[in-house]
Amino acid sequence: MKPSTLNTINTHILPRFEYFEPRSLGEALELLDKLGSEARILAGGTDLLVKMKTGALRPRYLINIKRIPGLRYIRVEEGYLRIGALTTWNDLEESPETALFPALLDAVKQMGGLQIRVMATIAGNLCNASPAADSAPPLLVYDAEVVLASVKGVRVVRLEEFFTGPGRTVMRENEMLIEVKVPLRKGSSAFIKLARTSMDLAIASAAVYAEFEGDVVRDVKIALGSVAPRPLRARRAETAVRGLRIGDPSLMDALEVVKEEVSPITDVRSTAWYRREVSKVLVYDALVKSFERAGGVRA
Amino acid sequence: MRISFKLNGRLVEADVEPNELLINVLREKFGLTSVKYGCGIGECGACTVLVDGKPVLSCLTLAVDVNGREVTTVEGLAREGGLTPIQRALMEEGAIQCGYCTPGFVMVGEYLYRKGRKYSEEEIRSLIRGNLCRCTGYVNIVKAFKKALG
Ligand SMILES: Cc1cc2nc3c(=O)[nH]c(=O)nc-3n(C[C@H](O)[C@H](O)[C@H](O)COP(=O)(O)OP(=O)(O)OC[C@H]3O[C@@H](n4cnc5c(N)ncnc54)[C@H](O)[C@@H]3O)c2cc1C
Ligand code: FES
Ligand code: FES
Repeated sequence: MKPSTLNTINTHILPRFEYFEPRSLGEALELLDKLGSEARILAGGTDLLVKMKTGALRPRYLINIKRIPGLRYIRVEEGYLRIGALTTWNDLEESPETALFPALLDAVKQMGGLQIRVMATIAGNLCNASPAADSAPPLLVYDAEVVLASVKGVRVVRLEEFFTGPGRTVMRENEMLIEVKVPLRKGSSAFIKLARTSMDLAIASAAVYAEFEGDVVRDVKIALGSVAPRPLRARRAETAVRGLRIGDPSLMDALEVVKEEVSPITDVRSTAWYRREVSKVLVYDALVKSFERAGGVRA
Repeated sequence: MRISFKLNGRLVEADVEPNELLINVLREKFGLTSVKYGCGIGECGACTVLVDGKPVLSCLTLAVDVNGREVTTVEGLAREGGLTPIQRALMEEGAIQCGYCTPGFVMVGEYLYRKGRKYSEEEIRSLIRGNLCRCTGYVNIVKAFKKALG
């Protein structure tokens, strides 16, 4: 029998690294600039330390950003929800502002276990750039932006352009994500995650943001997780359902296009075939859930 | 690196390497063997301790990260001989078989108890999903949590 990789790895110990604990953002950015590609930022560590223990990553330098003041906040300001780099999933769980973003709140409630939510940050979830990152589909349908800082200054990137592949983003090696900005919107939204248990990573997930006129879908945004090399904004599906009625039998047919938009793989959690089929259903269910949240009653 | 922190109410110091994990420092340097090593990758919750009052996995926490903070393990709970409500409830409901998972459940229960509110069974089940038990089937653990927190 082939031993599992975990049996051959000692998760009691972490490989060695040189450790830095900057006390200001400026100091952290200087370090990132100087140490380059061999450095990694440490936030909650729930992805990074696991990868280091299992041997997937072996950074030479770790820059622990947790002692930097002023990076942990949730604020509603100038039409945006602003989430700091050190804000945890549990911070969102306990903050009343999160209710303004029901799809995000759905994701928070289903993410990991309590201890993971207490430790893990939203920024870390995005920077880790897993196709299964649960904060991504909700943040994509809200048209969120990320603020990236380096010694050269700050730039704002639309989340849709942030992910480039599994574990890859447009972030340069001297950049750090310092804030997530989520525009406040008046529409309704929902996120549905399909997983073996809620502790597990998603087999597939879907988020929908929608504005309705009666039971007609007006503005709509759709995003999916775990069904493409990166969290996916499904633009073609959006065009296909715009103007249709909830409860109209042609709605499910229109969503056939989701199956063409996704490009899933087969792995331990599911097959590509199943992911493709279930994507469509998850989008449909999230759309109906948004409609019901908007006060709509299905005919 | 020299760190100092409050451990179960007492100020302590330790010399640690940056790659040393909190779980190993607590068990080996301070002899606090209530902190259990299960998986080492965040899945089982057996290594849960409170850091500044919040439940944290000591297998995924660098020891240097608790410098200046306050760490509580099961050894720091039942002072003056009395058990905490969650410990008592776990005993009374027969929620312990081999006991390996128990310290993790005790720490999560303690955190929830200190919040001073009540929890429904559904909430309890969801809040303990980061703690695995291979023996009990959870029924008596949930009963105990309901008794102490419901
Ligand atoms: C048991 C378990 C269950 C989990 N369940 C889920 C789940 O249900 N859903 C889910 O989506 N994830 C899950 N995860 C994965 C993980 O917890 C999340 O992705 C988490 O949000 C990562 O945040 P962190 O702060 O721990 O990141 P870290 O591990 O500290 O960092 C992750 C990566 O991002 C980089 N990074 C962190 N912060 C920044 C920053 N500000 N700027 C630039 N780079 C940065 C790091 O260098 C690293 O490469 C789970 C993990 C475990 C161990
Ligand atoms: S040993 Fe820490 S979560 Fe399993
Ligand atoms: S009592 Fe044995 S693992 Fe829970």
